[in-house]
Amino acid sequence: MPPGADPHSPPSPAIQIRQASLELGGRLLFDGLELHVPAGRFCCLLGPSGVGKTTLLRLVAGLAAPQGRTSINADDGQPLAGRIAWMGQQDLLLPWASVLDNVMIGIRLRGGRPDSAVQARALHLLQQVGLEDRASDRPAALSGGMRQRVALARTLFEDRPIVLMDEPFSALDALTRLRLGGLAAQLLAGRTVLMVTHDPMEALRLGHQVLVLTGLPASLSAPIIPPDDPPRPPDLPELLHLQGRLLAELAREVGP
Amino acid sequence: MKAALRALITFAGLLLAWAFLVRWAELPHYILPGPERVAARLWSDRALLADHALMTLAEVVLGLLLGTLCGVLAALALMASTAARRWLLPLLLVSQAVPVFAIAPLLVLWLGYGMASKVAMATLIIFFPVTAAFYDGLRRTDPGWLDLARTMGASPWTLLRHIRGPAALPALGAGLRVAAAVAPIGAVVGEWVGASSGLGYLMLHATARVQTDLTFAALFLLALLAVALWLLVDLLLRRALPWLPDSHGFEG
Repeated sequence: MPPGADPHSPPSPAIQIRQASLELGGRLLFDGLELHVPAGRFCCLLGPSGVGKTTLLRLVAGLAAPQGRTSINADDGQPLAGRIAWMGQQDLLLPWASVLDNVMIGIRLRGGRPDSAVQARALHLLQQVGLEDRASDRPAALSGGMRQRVALARTLFEDRPIVLMDEPFSALDALTRLRLGGLAAQLLAGRTVLMVTHDPMEALRLGHQVLVLTGLPASLSAPIIPPDDPPRPPDLPELLHLQGRLLAELAREVGP
Repeated sequence: MKAALRALITFAGLLLAWAFLVRWAELPHYILPGPERVAARLWSDRALLADHALMTLAEVVLGLLLGTLCGVLAALALMASTAARRWLLPLLLVSQAVPVFAIAPLLVLWLGYGMASKVAMATLIIFFPVTAAFYDGLRRTDPGWLDLARTMGASPWTLLRHIRGPAALPALGAGLRVAAAVAPIGAVVGEWVGASSGLGYLMLHATARVQTDLTFAALFLLALLAVALWLLVDLLLRRALPWLPDSHGFEG
């Protein structure tokens, strides 16, 4: 049971992407791409910039229109729409709203009004990210790491079985990124997560499996499955070894 | 407080330069009265000046309210409907090619010598900057917010209410500051064309009767009114948008 989840919420489905093709500005980014994100697992998508990672994620989120024969489905046969929480590169906090109101913005956007039970849930999530005492502050009063923690609480507040993240921690310093990644892996456990990142170490620490997207048109590597459960300590020798391998692979792709 | 002091020093310096110019060039008082003459007139005719100033103030404030209301509604209509963008937007742009001053006589003809024609002038002058600023603000919502709202299942109305609208308020504020600065122009032009009261009317008549000191007294009040109005709008906007990183007023 993921923390903060409704005990009655259905189990997280797997996501199946088949025959994904995408042309952007006359360039064929990928064609016939197959991607399977296993149910209830944290899956990291790694690749050089411009390879189409973000676009692929937007396709799954329904933010980009699918082209060609692209099919994106959940394995339980239900539609994906309405079951996805999105976390972007920026924290996307609304500067005029308090931290608490930012966490609960989803309710308001769906035309509802947060009652006291909903507020209690939002406060509980803020407590989980360690910001319960900043609930009434405006985002401008928070540091970059705190703001991204609020964004994480907002993502959890949506309580969706599928969570899509687009380089959510890329703007943070290394240490904050390390801590926040661990927190995210812990709080999102049990949900189906697809996270795009360009940091091999982050992917290896947080992912049940790591996929590498390279080439033009892009293709996916066989999934790399690091040992043990995430979040893993950053000084695990196997991770350092895998990181070296991944960096070499990515660097070869980009060329000198 | 320091800013107020600086403004006071600047003002005193200008008065001194003015007084010096009048003495040195030996200008007759009906061409350029000295500041002491204008001050005396301000005091002796205070009741008359206050009456006319109140009239102009009422015209300007009403025009400002009406112009803002129309501008906000037009911007929302442009945002909400493609048809409005296709039909209304070109019309709005072309309407700006017609100088508002040129239609002032028509407004007086249609709406009479009273307050209505001046309010209409001020409204017309304000309408466009407010519409343009607010519409621009509404269109420039951070695409990241729009993505997020889409995945959260927002409707167009809740999106406007909770994201697009608040995000466009700073742009609307910029439009309102411009509006506050130009609104007095509309009212005064209206009074010049045809009126029986207001500071513009008073200036016109005082000049015709070579009471140049009265003209200057009215002009002084008009400037005071415009500055006060701008400061008031600025203050209200700061109060309404406390989350905005401080925009520079006179403190800059």
